Amino acid sequence: MSRLLRFPPVYVCGTGAVGGYEERRGPFGECFDLTAEDDRFGMPSFEQAEGEMARMALSFALGRAGLSPAELGLLFAGDLQNQCVASSQGLSGLPTPFLGLFGACSTMVEGMGLAALALTAAPTLPSAAALSSSHNAAAERQFRTPLEYGSQRTPTAQWTATAAGAAVLGRQGRVAVTAFLPGRICDAGITDAANMGAAMAPAAADTLLAYFRESGERPEDFDLILTGDLGHEGSVLLRTLLSEPLPTLDGVHEDGGCLFYGEEKDVHGGASGCGCIASLLAAVFLPRLERGELTRMLAVGTGALMNPGELQQGGAIAGVAHLVRIEATGQEV
Amino acid sequence: MNRNEYKRLAERRAGRSPVLRNCLAAFLVGGGICLFGEALTGVYLLLGAEEKTAATLVTVTLIFLSALTSALGIFDDLARVAGAGTLVPVTGFANAVVSPALDAKSEGAILGVGAKIFTVAGPVLLYAILGGAVYGTLLSLFGWLA
Repeated sequence: MSRLLRFPPVYVCGTGAVGGYEERRGPFGECFDLTAEDDRFGMPSFEQAEGEMARMALSFALGRAGLSPAELGLLFAGDLQNQCVASSQGLSGLPTPFLGLFGACSTMVEGMGLAALALTAAPTLPSAAALSSSHNAAAERQFRTPLEYGSQRTPTAQWTATAAGAAVLGRQGRVAVTAFLPGRICDAGITDAANMGAAMAPAAADTLLAYFRESGERPEDFDLILTGDLGHEGSVLLRTLLSEPLPTLDGVHEDGGCLFYGEEKDVHGGASGCGCIASLLAAVFLPRLERGELTRMLAVGTGALMNPGELQQGGAIAGVAHLVRIEATGQEV
Repeated sequence: MNRNEYKRLAERRAGRSPVLRNCLAAFLVGGGICLFGEALTGVYLLLGAEEKTAATLVTVTLIFLSALTSALGIFDDLARVAGAGTLVPVTGFANAVVSPALDAKSEGAILGVGAKIFTVAGPVLLYAILGGAVYGTLLSLFGWLA
């Protein structure tokens, strides 16, 4: 059975990305549509701030696509907060049909794949958007310790990005999404919540292996193979797992978690969170494809599927990785 | 590579915390806090407090300063370097109570702060009180027998 879903191209019509204060100071600070001086984004709580970021990212993407919210056909969105309330609260009031997603940090790519499938399946659908967000303060509070609690982080611990990214897909554009490979749940038995990269690397490896086996392509056919947020630890593990079957991966593989804050910040294992790959795609890589600086890339969203209660009950962290193939068409719109 | 081999590889690879550096930082900062406490004791004694009262006043002052620096967002920055140096003295306990309370503020006074203030310190409180009760019961029992 083939897992790779190929379809006639659907196009990226607009992207939007919003980031917090640390993101402003990071290597991609200039690429965001908006970064805030204050991570509360003028809202009373960090949770609501995340919803506000999601709303703003979508507005920027719609603006660039030249669409009003009423003209957007379908919206796939998700985040890390319990029951995905950042998306539902931040986007309430929109006239757009809404499908909530949870794929942990793979949500953006899951959303892009589903949006592409929806456009392929429903010829009357004019456009569909994918959106995902995370907020460091909201995630720390939910998954780890209180914000002001004084503790030391382990070297493999990752830093949840305060960011949101959105992409509107439609019938015209310079950047095409041409294939989607939904990931399988991979439970490698990792139980250390401070080492999520290790939990996600086998899922990314499984998805990449399936992609190259089924597509007949090779890593060197791409300018970039971007994994979401494996971080430094997970990236090394991924390359170790794939060193034999895909020896040329090293030359083109980059990881969002390693790139996001560069070397400057005290983030130990790198960045993580739904907003990491979502904002990197929306702010950096989709625009690079549009400008012709990249021709062809694979985006692999990696998610760690867990909650703290499940871990305390002795469960493990499962990983999942979804892949979309994106290429520049070189066409003028 | 099977599941167990991978798990072992991941665990073997995962970088260890820099134990020596952490110990040194903990020693210096923790020692510094204790030195500061000693100096405070001296000040309170000079101001005419009795020795026992001075000790209590020092504890209260340190708790207050931890709470204040937690609220100002400084404590966790220091603790990231100091580790056990800020955790072990009474400062760590104060931070463990204040930080969840700060977080829970947005959920209200009863179900937020009230319900969540002891999420970090709760186990310490529960088992310290339980231990005290068990010890007290044994002491009174054997004291009565003797």
